[in-house]
Amino acid sequence: MTAVSQANAQLQQANAANLDAHSSEFLVFSLGEEEYAVDILKVQEIRGYENVTRIANAPDFIKGVTNLRGVIVPIVDLRIKFHLANVEYGGQTVVIVVNVGDRVVGIVVDGVSDVMTLSPDQIKPAPEFGVTMSSDYLSGLGSLEDRMLVLVDIDKLLTSEEMALVDKTTH
Amino acid sequence: MDITDFYDTFFEEAEELLGDMERLLLELDVDEPDAEELNAIFRAAHSIKGGAGTFGFLVLQETTHILENLLDHTRRGELTLRRDIVDTFLEAKDMLHDQLNAYRNGEEPDQEAFERICKTLKQMALDELGGAEGTKAPKAKPAPEPVKEAETTASADGVNDSESDEEQETTLRVALLNVAEKDRGLLVEELAQLGSVIEQQGDDKRYEVTLKTAVSGEDIEAVMCFVIDAEQLEISAAEPVSTVAPAAQPVDQAPAEPAPAAPAETKSEAPPKPDASAPAKPPASSKDKKPQGGKPKGSGESSLRVPVDKVDQIINLVGELIITQSMLDQTASEIDGMTHSALHNGLNLLQRNARDLQEAVMSIRMMPMDYVFSRFPRLVRDLADKLNKDVELITEGKSTELDKSLIERIIDPLTHLVRNSLDHGIESPDEREAKGKPRGGKLTLSAQHQGGNILIEVIDDGAGLNRAKLLAKAESNGLAVSDSMSDDEVWQLIFAPGFSTAEQVSDVSGRGVGMDVVKRNIQAMGGHVEILSREGQGTTTRIVLPLTLAILDGMSIKVGKEVFILPLGTVLESLQPSRDDLYTMAGSDQLLKVRDEYLPVIALHQVLDIDNARTELTECIVVIVQGEGRRYALMVDDLIGQQQVVVKNLETNYRKVPGISAATILGDGSVALILDIADLHRLSRRKTVQPTHKSIKPTQEVLTS
Repeated sequence: MTAVSQANAQLQQANAANLDAHSSEFLVFSLGEEEYAVDILKVQEIRGYENVTRIANAPDFIKGVTNLRGVIVPIVDLRIKFHLANVEYGGQTVVIVVNVGDRVVGIVVDGVSDVMTLSPDQIKPAPEFGVTMSSDYLSGLGSLEDRMLVLVDIDKLLTSEEMALVDKTTH
Repeated sequence: MDITDFYDTFFEEAEELLGDMERLLLELDVDEPDAEELNAIFRAAHSIKGGAGTFGFLVLQETTHILENLLDHTRRGELTLRRDIVDTFLEAKDMLHDQLNAYRNGEEPDQEAFERICKTLKQMALDELGGAEGTKAPKAKPAPEPVKEAETTASADGVNDSESDEEQETTLRVALLNVAEKDRGLLVEELAQLGSVIEQQGDDKRYEVTLKTAVSGEDIEAVMCFVIDAEQLEISAAEPVSTVAPAAQPVDQAPAEPAPAAPAETKSEAPPKPDASAPAKPPASSKDKKPQGGKPKGSGESSLRVPVDKVDQIINLVGELIITQSMLDQTASEIDGMTHSALHNGLNLLQRNARDLQEAVMSIRMMPMDYVFSRFPRLVRDLADKLNKDVELITEGKSTELDKSLIERIIDPLTHLVRNSLDHGIESPDEREAKGKPRGGKLTLSAQHQGGNILIEVIDDGAGLNRAKLLAKAESNGLAVSDSMSDDEVWQLIFAPGFSTAEQVSDVSGRGVGMDVVKRNIQAMGGHVEILSREGQGTTTRIVLPLTLAILDGMSIKVGKEVFILPLGTVLESLQPSRDDLYTMAGSDQLLKVRDEYLPVIALHQVLDIDNARTELTECIVVIVQGEGRRYALMVDDLIGQQQVVVKNLETNYRKVPGISAATILGDGSVALILDIADLHRLSRRKTVQPTHKSIKPTQEVLTS
């Protein structure tokens, strides 16, 4: 075994340890042609995109707020955040409602495909750096035959300063 | 079960007892103290000491003990009260409060402060009692020391209510009712510290401990009450060893069937001061409440301690119900009323019930203003002393209720206003006399309901505001003033930042960093402040607050396709402007003339970047609004109507949005934002300063559904 693959194996183990024993189930969603996945335990529910009230002077990827059974929830469009070319809202547009810390946030995606269980050896380390998306927000890459899933660390992504979802003073 | 589980109960009860103690001390007539009040103060100290002993809070226990001794001498008339003695007692009470807080936070209380207060109290005992008692301070030890000065009586059976100073041991039978075995051990251990346990037997239902002790039944009860309810405790004399008790009294009566008339008479033979702390108890059973001692925990039937978040959850749910109900209403209004009259009737009923429910639930959060007012007697007393003024505090409308969140936030502004009145308002006695006023000043705090608002007033009969002085000061501060300003406008000057007319900065007030903060705080609560003043006769500061923050009377407006809510309190009027009334300034600023006043026009669609809005002012509606003293004309497309809305926090899941105070949910289930009038004004100014920083073109969006 080479030194590199040994290091990789260690990294994988570290990654696998980071995700707790039950969290290797992921919800897979698509943004354009790309496939992403979030820890299923973070997902509260999936709903359609409707009735979003715009918030003035907010970044363009913050679509506004919606009423989720009496709770005011901000809606973020990850497609705009990730600069995908074609952003459409239709019957297929789906909002994944996730719990981040004690907050509830909805993220707009093109579609939700399936729930997948990934074993530790299917999770590869994230690339050292990303151009658009900082690798800080990734927990790894899921490798499945010919598919690649980008595993998003939704906590880090949504509470990051660039998402502007959280007041700096309150966090 | 661990004894620490009871800490919280102790802390809360001790806090209440300290509150009682302060109130009573303040109410005390120094020249002719009421025996009943002195007893009540003593009992409060006594109960705290008992609890502190139980939980091993040594510092608290010892401080209370010394204080208790002094109080005991006071109530027996051996120590004559003076104002400075009451002051010392109050100081000691504050110290106890600090210690209690320290324990609550899991810290040890300040040792130095502890020693200081002990020294003060002991010194006082020495001075006032000629040394007889002053040196008797106890050593700190875990068990409450047998309280020699306290009623060492087997008061339970009424035989032995004498107030003897002599030590006497009695044998008490303490019955624990319905106490589980695991707690029982703890309690018996506790009892063993109070005396010697001779015998113990029984089961969960009734467990009897025979105890030989010098501590009175009442003391035992005080200690135990922090752990179990008063009802669970029965204390009776097993075989009263009444060595000092008047011999006339039969001593062998069984606790169950005592001589009915006996107790009252025995009492009269007690030392000079009739002891009211242990009034004749019906001898039949000691199970009945202890006289007025401490707070029997059994009073729980009348009130219930509930965590605030549980109440808030109910309020939220009721809010949901109201929203669902108005959604149903909206849907039903599209259905033919004739054929579906039953449905409409049902919906009407639902609406009424939902509103009633909402009102009832909101009332849970309501607290009486007494919660605020009760802290002022002390403050006024201390301040008046410090300033050498003679001030009488009058409070009115103590029972007026206000939302808990508001009541907590009103304390600081109100404190500030009271300080101001005492410092600047009410003159010194000599000055007052020279002006032909009574030497003593009057400060009135009042609260009353007025429509959906609460009116809180701070009224003093002091010097009043000095118009000329205010104007001069404003001028030197660089504020734009003129002699033609109305009184109201002049009074408003004192709310300007950094404004103070006090010639000397005292540590009470006068730094000028107050009134603007007061005003801001009150505005943040959705209220406003008014000042009425007449020179030489006094000043009235009036605070108007909404009753609650959870529901808002709003006016819904429409711009483009978006609906917003304006708080009705900020809306002065709305009108359709005519071209003749429009003027421009500096090229682009628009002004609207409304009854001799030129108001700046702020277009909501510009500030909030709303598409498809009407841009021609004469086709729009302007709403004249006022926030933080600024008045302007807000340009909107349409008025929709007035409605009550449930206020939803935006910051729970999102963040503060400029120009927006909160959100609400409309009848169709969509979210509408509630505008923040003052912030909107700031936002509009920011936008005009840097007009086109929006260079990023939003990604193309197509709505296909």
